[in-house]
Amino acid sequence: MAATPLLELSGIDKSFGPVQVLHDVGLSAYAGEVTALVGDNGAGKSTLVKCVSGIYTIDAGTVSFDGRPVTIHSPRDAAELGIEVVYQDLALCDNLDIVQNMFLGREKVRGIVLDEPTMEQMAGDTLASLSVRTVKSLRQLVASLSGGQRQTVAIAKAVLWNSRVVILDEPTAALGVAQTAQVLELVRRLADSGLGVVLISHNMNDVFAVSDRIAALYLGRMAAQVKTSEVTHSQVVELITAGRSGTVGLPPERPDGNGNGNGVAVDITPGGDQ
Amino acid sequence: MTTSATPTTTTAGGLRVAQPTVASHLHEYWQRVRGGDLGSLPAVLGLIVLSLIFSVARETFTSPLNFANLFNQGAQTVFIAMGLIFVLLLGEIDLSAGFASGVCGAVMAILLTNHGWPWYGAIPAALLTGVVIGLVLGLLIAKVGIPSFVVTLAAFLGFQGLLLVLLSGGVNISIRDSFVIALNNKNIPVLWSWVLAVVAVAGYALVQFNRRRARAARGLVTDPAGVVLLRIGGLAVVVLATTAVLTQERAVNPAINSLKGVPIVVPIIAAFLILWTFVLGRTTYGRHVYAVGGNTEAARRAGIPVDRIRISVFVIGSFMAAIGGILQVSRASSVDPNTGGSNILLYSVGAAVIGGTSLFGGKGKIVNAVIGGAVIAVIDNGMGLMGFSSGQKFIFTGLILLVAASVDALARRRAAATGTR
Repeated sequence: MAATPLLELSGIDKSFGPVQVLHDVGLSAYAGEVTALVGDNGAGKSTLVKCVSGIYTIDAGTVSFDGRPVTIHSPRDAAELGIEVVYQDLALCDNLDIVQNMFLGREKVRGIVLDEPTMEQMAGDTLASLSVRTVKSLRQLVASLSGGQRQTVAIAKAVLWNSRVVILDEPTAALGVAQTAQVLELVRRLADSGLGVVLISHNMNDVFAVSDRIAALYLGRMAAQVKTSEVTHSQVVELITAGRSGTVGLPPERPDGNGNGNGVAVDITPGGDQ
Repeated sequence: MTTSATPTTTTAGGLRVAQPTVASHLHEYWQRVRGGDLGSLPAVLGLIVLSLIFSVARETFTSPLNFANLFNQGAQTVFIAMGLIFVLLLGEIDLSAGFASGVCGAVMAILLTNHGWPWYGAIPAALLTGVVIGLVLGLLIAKVGIPSFVVTLAAFLGFQGLLLVLLSGGVNISIRDSFVIALNNKNIPVLWSWVLAVVAVAGYALVQFNRRRARAARGLVTDPAGVVLLRIGGLAVVVLATTAVLTQERAVNPAINSLKGVPIVVPIIAAFLILWTFVLGRTTYGRHVYAVGGNTEAARRAGIPVDRIRISVFVIGSFMAAIGGILQVSRASSVDPNTGGSNILLYSVGAAVIGGTSLFGGKGKIVNAVIGGAVIAVIDNGMGLMGFSSGQKFIFTGLILLVAASVDALARRRAAATGTR
């Protein structure tokens, strides 16, 4: 707790035209911890991630990385800082093998020739460091992998580049029970190896299984950031659906509160996921 | 995956993976075939079956003279098909490749005959014409965003017209330059034929062994020696047997005009086969072509310049069509308004698809053009020997193309069904 957060967002605002999707959002992700980012559909999770990864630019607020303020204007900036995002659709090429996918766009070359042995070795090292045991061959086509294995390859691709923060967007959404367990185990190992992990999830079981902290977004505001050990299932569900639970969360709604708050008149969900 | 007794080995980083053996390689190949990844298998089987049928039906089919003819006849198709494979790998199509090759051939013929240029000026000019054509097509498709089908359909008509204009309404321009004519008519001396064949096989063996040694030195999984030897042996048999047939005397009257040796066009095909196979398989550019063809969005997110890749494949496509055109003009010693027209384009698309390149993008190899081109050449040649009319040949080739496209589509469905094994 005393350590500075690896990635710290504060006061992030983001609007799309007249629709303000993020209001004064703060988020901290610590090295060696899994921070779960939860929230209902349209709460602004994806928008927040896209702001961090440089796909969107933020309107206001600051992003600090490793204690110093940074600006992220493009996915390349994010990658240079060591922030990698694993999107829901994974972005893998079915017609390429595991090694080829992991190095896509950043191939190692010797002269003009692809340096396959080096790439295969690095891919093998990375997968081994993630304690992956389920591939038959590193030269297997991604098309022939199961959903969990694909997710593993996508995650391995993200950690291959000495990344420091890995953001996972719904990594278990399309998986069966056994594969979900495998991927969650992998997520835990990423954090244990010192990375800062941000896990976006809808699934409370997943969240409680692996996360150290939970950050709940509610209608574009950060309702609460709590330690997983200090809250219960139902409290988190209340945070997601109502923005508050007992003493934690956003202050109670005040009809005479400031103009753009969640007053009675404003119950239109910000369209965060377009 | 369920075989529990699979021997395993440790690869880089201590990762345990299956240790491949000759048996597991064959098993895996069979699994791939069953899973819908047929590659060139149907084409190779078709080639064998067709050759058997034609050789039984017509004795002349198996004569060395006819065998050598196949290469000269098929050269244009094979070259256009090689270029088309780049285009098809992106899931695009180039319908103008046939007439583009005609236009490039005409450019060369006009410069040679009407302007008295030497071959070393006319041939680069023709190749440059191909590059410019591809650049224009690619820019329209990638930057303006017109579907390749429409752009190249328009270009198909446009180039047909351009060819007519270049030939001032349809005159036939003949060429007399002995170098150009030799390209697709003459042969390499017997001794050099053998030297080239042996060098090719030895070079392939060297590359294979070197790669295996480099991987073993890094502690990576290597192909079993048996598989490597099988590959080298297979290539050696094909290359040496072909050379043996082609170095026989095949003139009707050897005393007057001896005719033996490998046709010059064969090493030209081989050189481009090696060049493009290297580019696709061993360079970053080739990797990116496959990636864009497999998943454009993933390629874009990986920072690959998708538009530039898209333009480049059309440039390569038209460049190879230009070579095809040059070789066709060489073979006919002349250019006419139908050079590169008629069935040439469909034969070339057919060669690529029959050879195993997918119309859906992301799957294909340059060697597909050669194997598929051989099937097309054998059909065209064999049916001609058997006295079938052009109409009947077209119908049969059309059917074969349909069969190949069906195999491709069905294999894709099957791969989708078994992909998540």
